[in-house]
Amino acid sequence: MPVQVNLPTVLRAHVGGVKTVTAEGSTVGEVLRFLVDRYPGLSGQVIDPNGSLHKFVNVYVNDDDVRYLSVLDTPVKDADDISILPAVAGGSTGAGEHHRR
Amino acid sequence: MLTLPSSLYDQMVAHCLTGLPEEACGLLGGDPVSGHVYRCYPTENLAASAKLYTVDPREHLRADRDAEGAGLSIIGVFHSHTHTDAYPSPTDVAQAPDPGWHYVLVSLADIQPVVRSYRIVEGVISEEPVCVPGR
Repeated sequence: MPVQVNLPTVLRAHVGGVKTVTAEGSTVGEVLRFLVDRYPGLSGQVIDPNGSLHKFVNVYVNDDDVRYLSVLDTPVKDADDISILPAVAGGSTGAGEHHRR
Repeated sequence: MLTLPSSLYDQMVAHCLTGLPEEACGLLGGDPVSGHVYRCYPTENLAASAKLYTVDPREHLRADRDAEGAGLSIIGVFHSHTHTDAYPSPTDVAQAPDPGWHYVLVSLADIQPVVRSYRIVEGVISEEPVCVPGR
């Protein structure tokens, strides 16, 4: 069934510059694999080499982070709104005193 | 250049100070072309650590929707370094998600907080000016 997928700026170049694309699938995993098949530039960006959700992205079904649901097995219904955003993380680990100036 | 109104600058630094002893983080909503920030979204640091931060994904989604609804975009992220300078760490560089974003560091290593902004493109760090109109 068709669902709308909202993509972050950093991935839009791989889908022709648009913000939202239509995909099909009954689970988040099927939807993401559909997108990778249609837009090969997304390969390695949303699914990691082990077939898991890539750690550098967050995926939401409507308002919910799929990592708190069933991740790639999370069911998707007609008219669900799927969003992909970059996972935003970092920290001072590895920052040494040599960076003091 | 990143243009940060003084009220948002103060909100960002206050969020970082409130987060001590842990790192604090948040997102910046603005115009991706001009680099002008119009909204500051303080977020929870899910890593709850003095050395790492993770922006709460659900707060990120809410901020993204709010910014888009206002005709803006999320154009950057800020976080504090509690004991090191305002310079991206190897962790920051490795995990920088978007070459178009502004990466703002708030160092709390000294009494006076230090704010700096960077672009990180394919692992290369370049500092950019931070303009706070009126200051």
